[in-house]
Amino acid sequence: MPESSNPVRRTIRLSTLLFPPLLLTLLFMTVNCGGDSGQTLRVLAASSLTEAFTDIARGFEADNPGVMVSLDFGGSQRLRSQLEFGAKADVFASADSVQMDQAVKAGLVRGAPIDFASNALVVIAAQQGRISQLADLAEPGVRLALAHAGVPVGSYSRQVLQNLAMDDALELGSGFDADVLANLVSEEPNVRLVAQKVALGELDAGIVYLTDVPVAQAAGEINVIAIPAAANVSARYPIAVLRDAPEADLAQAFVRFVLSEAGQRHLSKHGFGSP
Amino acid sequence: MAKLSTMGRLTAHPAGILGGGGALLFALFIGLPVVALLVRAAQQSDFLDAVTGDVALTALRLSLFTSIVSMAVVVALGTPFAYLLARNDNPWLRVVDHLVELPLVLPPVVAGVAMLMAFGRNGLIGSGLEDLGITIPFTTAAVVFAQIFVASPFFIRAAKLGFQSVPREYEDLAQTLGVSPWGTFFRVTLPLAGPAMFTGLGLAWARALSEFGATMMFAGNLTGKTQTMPLAIMTAMETSLDNALALSVMLLAGSVLMLAALGLLTRRRWQGQ
Repeated sequence: MPESSNPVRRTIRLSTLLFPPLLLTLLFMTVNCGGDSGQTLRVLAASSLTEAFTDIARGFEADNPGVMVSLDFGGSQRLRSQLEFGAKADVFASADSVQMDQAVKAGLVRGAPIDFASNALVVIAAQQGRISQLADLAEPGVRLALAHAGVPVGSYSRQVLQNLAMDDALELGSGFDADVLANLVSEEPNVRLVAQKVALGELDAGIVYLTDVPVAQAAGEINVIAIPAAANVSARYPIAVLRDAPEADLAQAFVRFVLSEAGQRHLSKHGFGSP
Repeated sequence: MAKLSTMGRLTAHPAGILGGGGALLFALFIGLPVVALLVRAAQQSDFLDAVTGDVALTALRLSLFTSIVSMAVVVALGTPFAYLLARNDNPWLRVVDHLVELPLVLPPVVAGVAMLMAFGRNGLIGSGLEDLGITIPFTTAAVVFAQIFVASPFFIRAAKLGFQSVPREYEDLAQTLGVSPWGTFFRVTLPLAGPAMFTGLGLAWARALSEFGATMMFAGNLTGKTQTMPLAIMTAMETSLDNALALSVMLLAGSVLMLAALGLLTRRRWQGQ
């Protein structure tokens, strides 16, 4: 049988020849993805901090040439849980003290956590839905999205609903929170998935942070329904350096940067309040 | 043939030292996590409470209910479809055949996003269904949809191969003996294709029970309505390790039972012939 004159055979032989070096190159690329010259700082931050911390990271990198900040965003409970199971990181920024306290109790934190920002909740509704005011949330047949109770914003949301029910001045009725929760159709693992489901029009309404509104608006048409200050929660965000931080000094510098005027400016630009 | 030294015998055949080494590595790689899960679960002080607790039982009930429904649909619709594929060959059928195999390689979360785009409120046909008052996403029906999507290829492929392995002559013979076409199917073809179909059903069922990505995207994660066991495990890992371990062990036990049942069934059937 003629050897290389057969095109199929030739292709197979060529592929077999190229496969190992190609595979090695791919592996090398994925392994070597981090900054090779300089330090990498790993920051775990709550989903609601996505835009603010991306800006802060860029500012920190500009101030510290050679440093790369690697950001991992997710539900604070997921991040804390990953840390407990051995994930390596330098800084943890949580959306509530519950998750941070658990991290402290698990011995993951170096020093004391510091509050660096605050936030409030708001109701967002799909524009095509029939939700125009708070009372509508309790109407039967409404499809509501919330983060599950283990997520900071999920716990805050349930608190807010309780506050709304107990506020006689609002006249929503003492069963308001129960009625609203009866409309719960999906429990998400972080606040951004709540915002997305509503922005896409898949669900009628959801409770998210004030700071998530611009992000939701970029994804779809939504109505924003304010929650009266008396019933709203003031979410306090703590930040801490982790005990097993590979870059402890850099981590301290990062926390200082977040608390500095520059860092606070980034946060307020995205709608966060002072700590 | 000349007598080989020990080394020579071990390396002469691929199933020698290399195969043995591979066997050991795989056994450890798959066995260790399973053993670790069981050991860790046994160490939990309130493991039994977690297994019989609300979270676990609700998730178990939902997983069983939805998987039974989806398997019923897959078998009911998949069997005639597989038979059609086995007995006919034309370009259109071949296209459909390949399409139905797509879920085998499509990442489940992509399947979930795709189903949302199709059946969601603003979806391609979802918007039409909404107008008729039919809502699919974020309901228990969506869980069944997701399971059918990812699991059906397992059954259909196995059933098709099973039917193809039944010689046409048998069916023709039965009909010349006066058996009706339906009668032939149920008394000749189906029993012969049975073992393959059972294996396919077992695999499909296992796939449906373990479905996570598509369910999460398309059906949501609500306790009692759409939180199947895999979803419950994910949520539990972030909040309560006890529940996560309990659910994991339950699913592990279910998988082992499934494997054993399949092995028993196919062996017995083959012996019966």
